[in-house]
Amino acid sequence: MPLFFIQSLAILQKDLKIEWRTRERLGAMAFFAFLVVLIFNFAFEPASPIVKTAAPGIFWIATVFAGLLGLSRSFAIEKQNDCLMGLRLTPADPGAIFLGKMLGNAIAMLILAALILPVLVVFLNVEIAPALPRLILPILFGTLGFAAVGTLFSAMSLNTRLREALLPMLTLPMLVPALLAAIESFRAVLAGHPLSKIADWLVLGGAFVALFVAACLLLFECVLED
Amino acid sequence: MDGLGLNTLHSPLMITSAIVIRNLTHRFGHFAALQDIDLVVPKGQTFALFGPNGAGKTTLLRLIAALTRPSSGEIWVCGDNARRDPKMIRKNIGFISHHTMLYDDLTARENLAFYGCMYGLQNLDARVEEVLGAVGLTDRQRDRVRDFSRGMKQRLAIARSILHQPSILLLDEPFTGLDTAAQSMLSNLLIALKAEERTVFLVTHDFAKGLALADRFGILLRGQLIREASTKEVDESELRTQINSRL
Repeated sequence: MPLFFIQSLAILQKDLKIEWRTRERLGAMAFFAFLVVLIFNFAFEPASPIVKTAAPGIFWIATVFAGLLGLSRSFAIEKQNDCLMGLRLTPADPGAIFLGKMLGNAIAMLILAALILPVLVVFLNVEIAPALPRLILPILFGTLGFAAVGTLFSAMSLNTRLREALLPMLTLPMLVPALLAAIESFRAVLAGHPLSKIADWLVLGGAFVALFVAACLLLFECVLED
Repeated sequence: MDGLGLNTLHSPLMITSAIVIRNLTHRFGHFAALQDIDLVVPKGQTFALFGPNGAGKTTLLRLIAALTRPSSGEIWVCGDNARRDPKMIRKNIGFISHHTMLYDDLTARENLAFYGCMYGLQNLDARVEEVLGAVGLTDRQRDRVRDFSRGMKQRLAIARSILHQPSILLLDEPFTGLDTAAQSMLSNLLIALKAEERTVFLVTHDFAKGLALADRFGILLRGQLIREASTKEVDESELRTQINSRL
């Protein structure tokens, strides 16, 4: 396997191992997402027609805002003991560092999404089970897009004083196309449309992921520089 | 520049020198942290850089490690230019600072294996075993770094920095916060590296240790290298007086 991918996998494995041992990130993200869905449960009448329309938005609001919590933690572990400098001192390709961190964030987001779906069913009484296989692609593209943009801006905002405020302000506007595609395709799937009917949204989501991952792989060296 | 014989990688100066710095200036906005630094550190020598806080010592180390691009001037490390070949430079240097650069929630062995992977090392397990033995942490290799004392963490940081067998070791205040045993271990390591003809560039406040370990020394004051000489030409009190008189 090329060294680039060995290094990416080493970073991914390291991040997952630390998360498994501390459970700091996923625990906070899951609790926050649960609270968001709970609050929407008070705002809407469960199983009403409007819930079916709003459910995709609620799902992505919970996922994205809980994900932002996790993103700031993702690079915080590199700041501890100046580990980021340790990484920068190695000859590892900055793109490999980005890819490893991005995959770690994407996996955390996918686990989060898997936890939110049953909460939506319980609290908002949305029927998701029949649409589940068709939801995989919209959720995958949405989380990968979020992880790509979020990982880049999380690294950029690492040494800024207003990191917590800056990260959502930078990430959310950039995510609009990916979120639009993810919400619309999620809504169409819940309405019972086949994948062929939402091909345009899936292409937009997939193209967003491809474009941003490629751009971040190239730009990450500048982000890591002093 | 040509007169200095720096126009080719095969010039005598490049072959015999580990670090060559020419006309180096580095600014943070309008503030010049380093001004017109010229310095040559021959291969196999230990060089100690002294200076008060804010003199620019750490900035100079970061520039040598290719972590920062200089505002002007050039740096060559083992013949590689810091602007053009930062990756090659990073393969050749080890860096020890008072920050350990270790992950608290990984074990000692996992930390070294991770960094070994990032350096693309072959026979990683054997090399990890070897450096753990060299710093006396074989018995604690499966313990998390979080549970280590400050001295043990610094010993592991030393193991991390020599894992890839660098030709040059850069040390930024390495004795800070170390207990006597760890200080002596670090001093012994530096002596062993010298015996292996590796180059050591040491930044420290500790005149006695610096002079004892180094072949040559430099004094950096307000971003300028005001003196560079052999450690045989000076004693600790003279050095202290010289720095204090210029402050």
